[in-house]
Amino acid sequence: MTVAETIKKITREHLLKNKGLALGQCLTAVGWVGGTVPELKQEEGLVELSMADVAGGGIAVGIALAQRRPIYIVRYQGFQWYNAPMIINYAAKSKDMWGIPCPIFIRSIAMDGGIGPVASGSHHSMYSRMPGVPICAPMTPKEYVAAWEYFMSHDDPLYVSEHRRSFAIDYEIDDSIQENPDITILAISSTRLNAIDAIKTLEQENIKCNLIHLFWLKPFEVTEKIINAINKSKCGALILDGDFENGILKSLAYDISQNVTKPISILGLEERSAGFAPQCDNLPPSAVKICNRIKTLIKNI
Amino acid sequence: MRSKDFGYISNISKSFTENETLEMFEKICTCRNFELQVKIAFDSGKIKSPIYLSYGMESIPCAISAIYKKPAIFAQHRGHSFYLANNGDITALIDELLGKSTGCARGMGGSASIHSEAIKMFGHDGHMGTQIPIATGYALATRKNTLAVMGDASGEEDYVLGALGYAATKKLPILFVCTDNNLSILTDVKTRRSWKMSDVAQSFGIPSVEITDDPWLIMHHTKMFMQNLPAFINIHSVRILWHSGTGQDGAPEWDRYALIKEELTRLGFEKKAEEIETRTKEYIDKLWEQQLNKI
Repeated sequence: MTVAETIKKITREHLLKNKGLALGQCLTAVGWVGGTVPELKQEEGLVELSMADVAGGGIAVGIALAQRRPIYIVRYQGFQWYNAPMIINYAAKSKDMWGIPCPIFIRSIAMDGGIGPVASGSHHSMYSRMPGVPICAPMTPKEYVAAWEYFMSHDDPLYVSEHRRSFAIDYEIDDSIQENPDITILAISSTRLNAIDAIKTLEQENIKCNLIHLFWLKPFEVTEKIINAINKSKCGALILDGDFENGILKSLAYDISQNVTKPISILGLEERSAGFAPQCDNLPPSAVKICNRIKTLIKNI
Repeated sequence: MRSKDFGYISNISKSFTENETLEMFEKICTCRNFELQVKIAFDSGKIKSPIYLSYGMESIPCAISAIYKKPAIFAQHRGHSFYLANNGDITALIDELLGKSTGCARGMGGSASIHSEAIKMFGHDGHMGTQIPIATGYALATRKNTLAVMGDASGEEDYVLGALGYAATKKLPILFVCTDNNLSILTDVKTRRSWKMSDVAQSFGIPSVEITDDPWLIMHHTKMFMQNLPAFINIHSVRILWHSGTGQDGAPEWDRYALIKEELTRLGFEKKAEEIETRTKEYIDKLWEQQLNKI
């Protein structure tokens, strides 16, 4: 089963068995959000919102206050700038402020460039700055199920950073730990796929890489596995797809650096706006870019 | 347009029973005396966090709650009277304003973010107007009667308009109330906009009315709208004191409390009204004294 099919199945069951609601804009449009939304009607819990983004986020909060555990589908992560305010300012605070849980499963769907400034980055960081919202970035079917199970067994709003490149994935992705590695790469979301490609190239140049895939971004646990892998390497690198470097990347790198003895570098979106023409785009670090950065890092140590 | 008798219907007070009228008046007295005690406690330094008093605007929540019973309530700052009029625990609100853990929001909400599970009043996050889309989502999920309160300023928030439109589209059971005191802090409505909230609601297909804060008039329209939700009532009222704190800039445009008492006299309820006034004052004063003594 692919990630898309997994999401569709989870949603269908939530609506039909749990009396949950799923809501968002243009859900029933061509493709049903990449095949992730079950073809159900409003009476069955699939709610089409108007195009009022900010109000839409508030409506999701109200549904969550009624304990219907909504799945809030935001088709492009860039839309979060307008959808996030009430989730961040109300749902995330509700338990602390008033003791009322406000659980929302926030499906925030990223893609790799091509639409200029419309859906450009910095989306994990937006949510990560407010206490009360855990963040994960599943890329495989099992990881998606883990995200869902976390949501259903907790009462927080959960920010689920999806990537359209994951929708067709029907396999699991394991970490790769080497003997005497040159570097440990920690990759997030779609850069996990780019990192795998980059490592194949680097191996041909006798650069040995550990690769650890990060699923949970907040709370972020610097595990023994991460510590050991980095400490046995010459350095570490943290790579993220749809976010600028001056955000959650630096927060995660700080957390890691407090626990390891080797330097940590980061690689994310460039600090500039994205345009529509290919040469103006601002894409997540590609395999080539990752290779080049890693070679530079190792050369400079 | 703003006036003490805007939209007034002659003899509307006579369409309610003596009990309905006196119960409504008792709520008004409760809220008014409560706000006076808040003022005293604030001025003497016993309340240390910001306060948003509804002194002068009590008739709105008291009249609505007399008719629209037990809705889920989504209000914002200046919400003391909505809490009290809907039978919120008075002692818990006193404690909340005093910043105690026994407060209705455990001291987290203060004056601006009143919350009570007991009366289904949901706390506010402090960003004006967010309660309107949140109320809309709640009504969508529950299909239960919901009260969504905004001010003339928060009604201008873009997301309020988006939520109104969605509530109309989905025919949600929400009574939207704009407590229009004509001021965003000190900037009046005509400086900020050339349009009326009631016209906007109407354009979305939501039945709406614009009236003054006469409580019988409010009760009348609430009764009319209850079977036809969503509906929108814009109510002109007078905030006698400052936006935040207890200061006062000159005489109020009108004194609704005095006008209500005049009408009660005209209805022949003068004595009973005086008795209610005295009794509620003593009760509220005693509760405040009791809670203040625990500090």
